[in-house]
Amino acid sequence: MDPVIEIEGLCKDFRVGFWRRRTRVLHDLNLTVHRGEIFGYLGPNGAGKTTTLKLLTGLILPTAGSARLLGRDVTLVATKQQIGFLPETPYFYDYLTGREFLDLCGQLFGLPTPVRRDRIARLLALISLEQAADRQLRKYSKGMLQRLGLAQALINDPSLVILDEPMSGLDPLGRKAMRDIILQLKAEGRTIFFSSHILPDVEVLCDRVGILVGGRLRGVGRLDEILTAQTESVELILERVSPDLAVLLQDLAQGPLLSRPDGVLVRLPDQERADQALRAAVEAGARVVGVAPQRLTLEDHFLREVQGHTP
Amino acid sequence: MKVQAIALNTFREAVRDRILTSVLAFALLLIAASAILASLSIGQEGKIVKDLGLASSSLFGTFIAIFLGIGLVSKEIERRTVYTIIAKPVHRFQFLLGKYIGLVLTLLVTVGVMVLLVVGLAWAVDGHWTPGLLAAAGLDFLALMIVTAVAILFSTFSTPTLSAIFTLAIFVIGRLSGDLRWFAEQFAGPGLRRAIQVLYLILPDLSRFQIGPQVVHGLPLSTAGIVWAALYGVVYILVLLLLAIGVFQRRDFK
Repeated sequence: MDPVIEIEGLCKDFRVGFWRRRTRVLHDLNLTVHRGEIFGYLGPNGAGKTTTLKLLTGLILPTAGSARLLGRDVTLVATKQQIGFLPETPYFYDYLTGREFLDLCGQLFGLPTPVRRDRIARLLALISLEQAADRQLRKYSKGMLQRLGLAQALINDPSLVILDEPMSGLDPLGRKAMRDIILQLKAEGRTIFFSSHILPDVEVLCDRVGILVGGRLRGVGRLDEILTAQTESVELILERVSPDLAVLLQDLAQGPLLSRPDGVLVRLPDQERADQALRAAVEAGARVVGVAPQRLTLEDHFLREVQGHTP
Repeated sequence: MKVQAIALNTFREAVRDRILTSVLAFALLLIAASAILASLSIGQEGKIVKDLGLASSSLFGTFIAIFLGIGLVSKEIERRTVYTIIAKPVHRFQFLLGKYIGLVLTLLVTVGVMVLLVVGLAWAVDGHWTPGLLAAAGLDFLALMIVTAVAILFSTFSTPTLSAIFTLAIFVIGRLSGDLRWFAEQFAGPGLRRAIQVLYLILPDLSRFQIGPQVVHGLPLSTAGIVWAALYGVVYILVLLLLAIGVFQRRDFK
């Protein structure tokens, strides 16, 4: 597959405090993202997600290692011609109107006037901001700024779109719209690399995810591999459980049974024990009300990665 | 074209800010008031109008240059507006130049309005117009451009408050640096004299740009002096901008 983002041994040090001590915030990052992928870049606050995105967009310079976007080094200005970037909680010029700001962005890509006019009209429609296009940005709400941020990231018809927390500041409707736009961008053959905290959105959107903890990449993989590989446990809900059966079930479940209004809940650690428990229950004349295999969610996986590696 | 786009938008941003409009309105009011003050003096009306007018436009011009200049880059970094610009195919020097030119354009318009009022008032009072006023205002504008370049240089690595203090200090020293050199020649010992000379070479000599008193009192102007001052100003601005670009080029936007 065609690599769009190639990161090799990327490190970043910042100097902090009065004595300007060196602190490494990104350790030896290696990552490849392929054409047409939606890649979710996850991690708790302060993990180094934004630092990575800033390195990719030339806002900060790497201490060591290198990164290439679309085959060109990130430190070259020309590389950015094909990149769209939405910064985290974008803040733009207060006294420009939405349309003027998009026009400025278009000019910075060297787009001729007619192209700019067309694109701006199309993008304003895409983010449903036509009504507010000639209002000054200081009168925009946070969600409107976020949408405008997306529009400015798409003004150059980029083949790679980098989004830093694209869902932040959006209401549920706005998040849905953002999700639809991201999927549409993918359908148009673009590559999307975005960081997020909002895991359900990531679960819906991403082909692959990477989890960054404490400046180190802890895991990269396809969502279906990470999430469906393991069935964590199976929950059975049974009615009419006899005392004998209860003892047997407790034995299989390796723990107590839970009494619920709709019956007894038995949590079995694996599929095999679940099968045994089901057979025993049917034989003993109990009624099966529910069987629910518990799969690992992205959130579980994420929490496990983060807790396992937090220093 | 990219520099132009950034400059134009910097200008738009600045002139739409109400603070600038109110400062300009206040300055115009003060200049107009000099006409009232002039009517109290006998036979000196023209001089007072020109003197106060030039001083006011210079003072308010400096005020605007410092207070817009110090925020020019640091505010962009603080408010993270710079992220969207630098993530586009724009060289950092283009960004900095665009910001500088945008601010100079803003100053040109605001100071231009003030100077027009001064020239108009002087003409109304004297009954004839004084071309020297434009030369004085022009040279003073070069000094403003130096102050702006100093502010933008500090703004690339320092906070707005510190930049304001530094720029103001350099402005004051720069205004007095002619005297500084004179003092060194008159009184100081050889070591101190050398130190002051070095300082004089590094700091901008803004006193070179003040020909207002000659114009006001109708003294002859030296063309060579004006040309040298202009040349000095241009070179000084170029050096400051190169320094600012050098700092900005390596800066991380954290």
